Amino acid sequence: MVETKPTKRRFDVFALTLRLPIIVWQALFFVGPLVFMVAMSFFLVRNYRMVEAFELKNWSRMLTRDYVWDSYFYTLELALLATVLASVLAFPASYALAYRVSEAARRWAIFLLVIPFFTSYLVRIFSWYVILAESGVVNAGFGFIGTGPFTMLNTPIGTIVGYLTLTLPLVVILQTISLASVDRNLIQAAQNLGCRPLRIIWAVILPAAKAGMVVAALFCFILSFGDFVSPYYLGGSKPPTLTILIIDTTKSGQQWPRAAVVVVMMIVTLLTVAFASLAFAYSKRASR
Amino acid sequence: MLALIAQSPPGTYDVILSDAEFVQQLNAAGYIEPLDASDYPFDDMLYGDFTKFPGHWSGDTLYSMMVRFGHLGVLYNTTAISAEEAQSYKCFWKPEVTGKVGHFDWHLPSLGMMSLYNGNGAGLWDLSDDQWDAVQKTTMTLRPQVGGYFDYGGTFNSLKNGEMLAMCGIGDWITGVLEKDGAPVASVVPKEGGIQWTESYCIGKGSKKADLVKTFIQYMLSAEGQVKSAQMAAYPGFCITKAGRKLLNEVDPKEAQRTGQVDGMANDPITLIKEGRIHYRDIPKNQTLEDWNDFWSEYKNA
Repeated sequence: MVETKPTKRRFDVFALTLRLPIIVWQALFFVGPLVFMVAMSFFLVRNYRMVEAFELKNWSRMLTRDYVWDSYFYTLELALLATVLASVLAFPASYALAYRVSEAARRWAIFLLVIPFFTSYLVRIFSWYVILAESGVVNAGFGFIGTGPFTMLNTPIGTIVGYLTLTLPLVVILQTISLASVDRNLIQAAQNLGCRPLRIIWAVILPAAKAGMVVAALFCFILSFGDFVSPYYLGGSKPPTLTILIIDTTKSGQQWPRAAVVVVMMIVTLLTVAFASLAFAYSKRASR
Repeated sequence: MLALIAQSPPGTYDVILSDAEFVQQLNAAGYIEPLDASDYPFDDMLYGDFTKFPGHWSGDTLYSMMVRFGHLGVLYNTTAISAEEAQSYKCFWKPEVTGKVGHFDWHLPSLGMMSLYNGNGAGLWDLSDDQWDAVQKTTMTLRPQVGGYFDYGGTFNSLKNGEMLAMCGIGDWITGVLEKDGAPVASVVPKEGGIQWTESYCIGKGSKKADLVKTFIQYMLSAEGQVKSAQMAAYPGFCITKAGRKLLNEVDPKEAQRTGQVDGMANDPITLIKEGRIHYRDIPKNQTLEDWNDFWSEYKNA
């Protein structure tokens, strides 16, 4: 039996050089601010000025307020709803772009999906006023068929429309890329074995594209959960989401430490969801 | 503003435009320089209070110079609420405007108005525990009427497109712009009283351009500066000097008439102050700002 020598891990300057920028970037712009934010949540405010301290007052005050938890669960609920809606609505378009159109058409479609990002998100959200208002385009259509007007602005419907404005193009792009990279031989083999189209999608395409689909949904959740613009301008802040609560808290006697508590709650939630999603995305199916 | 200044070295800000109720905090924290009262036209003020505005002086030393003000009351869509109904905050509870009452998303003016509606008058900020409880109860009864909470841009949009038919917490500084744009909105100081917002200029601590700032404040208090302030496209404010009002009446009589800045008019802002119907905006005396804000968050979530 030939004995193989364990290979010694050598210090690789080239690999380290490649990794270093992202490590430095993350340390400076994610870990550093995050540590400061956590520390700030223990500070106190005296005479409108933050004072360094290590007190649990902000945590106990914020975590015992019903409205904080109301906002938390409302934000979670809306972000989950937007994620499900975006994933479901995007799928037919992504499927068509991945499998039913030419390469050139797909490139054009992706280019067109990127174009909305050229315009400020805030401007796009304000443009919905014209469309969703009671005197707007949608209600004019309802009026034409003898119904309405329906209130859509300053409701959760408005917020969801805003979230989808932000996330739907991105979800379509990510899903399309993911679906397009599924091995066509697998699909062809399923077809040859007599698999029906819906079963091919469910049993072959979705499992093969799982990682990309989950990452697309995750992006949608992260962007929706942390969005301020849509719940404020299209949802009328009624009720407020966590991002609005942060603003409200800072307006009150410069309570940045209490706002930091809300931020930490959001980051913990996002990290939990992100790690759980990625674990699910890259989990292997148990062999039968 | 206070947090921003607190985190900046002295000399960062040359001129600070502050709501009057925060001048005291700016001074207490040492963020502003004293002013020389003889540099400014105190002998030309439209109203005696403006010469010794609360919080602007510390003893005999002037720290901030008032430049403009405005009144907050009932803002309403004239097609949904009549001028008579708008004479009381009660119109916010009108069944026809259910879901159409907006709030400017800043707790002080809205809760101040609820305090006035409860009959607290001049003591609107100086509430006992019972009075504060009553204000909270009254405010909560308004919640089913509320269609949204808005910032400056959202307020404009919602009033312009008719999504909101009445608005609590604002006044002519919004309607002034919308009326000029043809929207059917108006604002009035109701019988329970209104709240005055006041903007004042200070010189930032350690400013190296104090002389330039002084000249700027002098310009803003000149007749020409006062007219520009009254016609400001973003949000108009009332003149505080006699010369400013006189020039406004000469160069823009329509705006002077619209805002009541004509001697003898019933809605002359100075007359309203003299009649005791206007109360200067302040911060809560017996509760903390956090108490009020906590309730505001509960109210928004209700």
